Amino acid sequence: MNTTWSRFNITSIVLGFAFLYLPIVLLVIFSFNASKLVTVWGGFSTKWYASLFQNQGLMDAAWVTIRVALVSASVATVLGTLAALVLTRYTRFRGRVLFTGMVFAPLVMPEVITGLSLLLLFVAVGLDRGFLTVTLAHITFSMCFVAVVVQSRLLTFDRSLEEAAMDLGAPPVKTFFQITLPVIAPAVISGWMLAFTLSLDDLVIASFASGPGATTLPMKIYSQVRLGVTPEINAACTILIAIVAVGVIAASIVNKQREVQRRRDEQAAQRA
Amino acid sequence: MKSLGSIRRDFAPWNDPDTKPYIRFENVTKRFGDFTAVNNLSLAIFEREFFALLGASGCGKSTLLRMLAGFEEPTEGRILLDGQDLRGIPPYRRPVNMMFQSYALFPHMTVEKNIAFGLKQDGMAKADIDARVAEMLKLVKLEHFAQRRPHQLSGGQRQRVALARSVAKRPKVLLLDEPLGALDKKLREETQFELMDLQQELGLTFVVVTHDQEEAMTMADRIAIMDKGEVMQVATPAEVYEAPNSRFVAGFVGNVNMFEGSVAERTEKTARITGSTGAEILVENAGDATAGASVAFAIRPEKIKVSSRKPADAVNALEGEVYDIAYLGDMTVYHVKLEDGQVVRASTMNASRTVDDPLTWSDRAWVSFRPDAGVVLTR
Repeated sequence: MNTTWSRFNITSIVLGFAFLYLPIVLLVIFSFNASKLVTVWGGFSTKWYASLFQNQGLMDAAWVTIRVALVSASVATVLGTLAALVLTRYTRFRGRVLFTGMVFAPLVMPEVITGLSLLLLFVAVGLDRGFLTVTLAHITFSMCFVAVVVQSRLLTFDRSLEEAAMDLGAPPVKTFFQITLPVIAPAVISGWMLAFTLSLDDLVIASFASGPGATTLPMKIYSQVRLGVTPEINAACTILIAIVAVGVIAASIVNKQREVQRRRDEQAAQRA
Repeated sequence: MKSLGSIRRDFAPWNDPDTKPYIRFENVTKRFGDFTAVNNLSLAIFEREFFALLGASGCGKSTLLRMLAGFEEPTEGRILLDGQDLRGIPPYRRPVNMMFQSYALFPHMTVEKNIAFGLKQDGMAKADIDARVAEMLKLVKLEHFAQRRPHQLSGGQRQRVALARSVAKRPKVLLLDEPLGALDKKLREETQFELMDLQQELGLTFVVVTHDQEEAMTMADRIAIMDKGEVMQVATPAEVYEAPNSRFVAGFVGNVNMFEGSVAERTEKTARITGSTGAEILVENAGDATAGASVAFAIRPEKIKVSSRKPADAVNALEGEVYDIAYLGDMTVYHVKLEDGQVVRASTMNASRTVDDPLTWSDRAWVSFRPDAGVVLTR
């Protein structure tokens, strides 16, 4: 492999990363701005973080968002996993192609359409818009993502594991909970995390499905920004970025360590 | 006490009309869509038998095993185990256990937990489970590996865990799907004998699926040779080798020379067979071959003698030319091309270190064999 750093390589990498991260870096920097003016640097300060925690509106919105994300991710994970199971296991039922397409269509469906159709449905059945409707809407679109993640794991799942469990006397339901689920757990957890993240940052669908008293953080931020960007919003976003970054880095470190450990074990087993 | 050898030698319940078969396939057919995997097959397997299903891939042997385990239901016909019709009984209620080709060890459980899994399903007491697991670990010599996970084991160790797990519940029948397929040659040979000892020790009925004829010959009491969803012959390894009932079986098991021809003359004991080019062969025990029938004469390479001169007392001797010689150390294989162009394979054990009658490439040679050295096949 070529490890020398040509000028061209350095330029490309700097440009590439600048393109990706400059906006985020700016946002983080200005969250520590002492000045109230967003684009003028007035010295370092953490006062916006303090005032953020005193902003009841933002804190309420954050709390709503977290509750919606927790509930919708959990329900979406159950439904998505079930859908993935059916789609990989029962490969010969009538209309399977149609069903598969229908499960995955919301992935490519414009969010505006999903949001609008959900709104129409809620109005039609007379459901008051609020926490319940946002949660239902988020379940609807995030379960497809869970289904995709879990299905790709199930495609490489060795069915003989389940057969072995049944052969040893475990009925199907027990087999699922004792064998299948533990083995596909990493994929189910990633599915859950994906659904959680999607719910956390969704603006479009939430705007359609939400009502008074159930304003999510992205909605709140968006509405405040329309009145002018405040450094408080920058601080809120920086905290979100930090949480996501810590989560992603921690997950990849754990994965890496597990991989290394596994390889070491396998080598030891081969030597033995 | 009888040695294992004498038990094995005396064991022949299939010859005793009073012994009831333990497993019985009755006119079993299995179709997957348009494909017929098993076609109107009947088979009887006896208690404590080591039974092998031998065939090329796609011959239906694995389907047969999976029907016995309960993963597939026969489309037609029925399967009886100890007199009980198995139809509709799910795998988790059948008194059979299976060892899978991929071993199917549960990756998230230790060796110990893997072996205990089946026992727990039965609601066995904790102390009894521990005792049984310890016993199984000892049986497969993995006492020190109880706390390992499957990925921390070598291929041979995984195979033994799979075996221990499948016999832990003391099933009436153990099904083995290509049990040694994933092992290297040396380990495979060792394990063959271990499996045979284990089967005797536990007194279980083993049904093993394999595509490896050597494996089937070594281990099994009887072999069923399968082709295209049908059983071609069920017999002991020696019978399958020495008395195949069809061209397919003769060609499938071991090396064979096949002469096509027709029966020119038939007496009570013997038959004279004329080959397509006029060569004549006198055969004893010609079976059901009738005069005029077109038949094949099959003879194994080691039953053919090669010599540079025509043996004076030979009943059957054919002249040809040494076409190829393969020296394998323990034996030498000669390919002799006969006058009609057919190549005969003959093998000679190298019992002494010197060769008295050195034959070499392109020498004139005679191949000769006794009248009872081969078999006549009508099918």
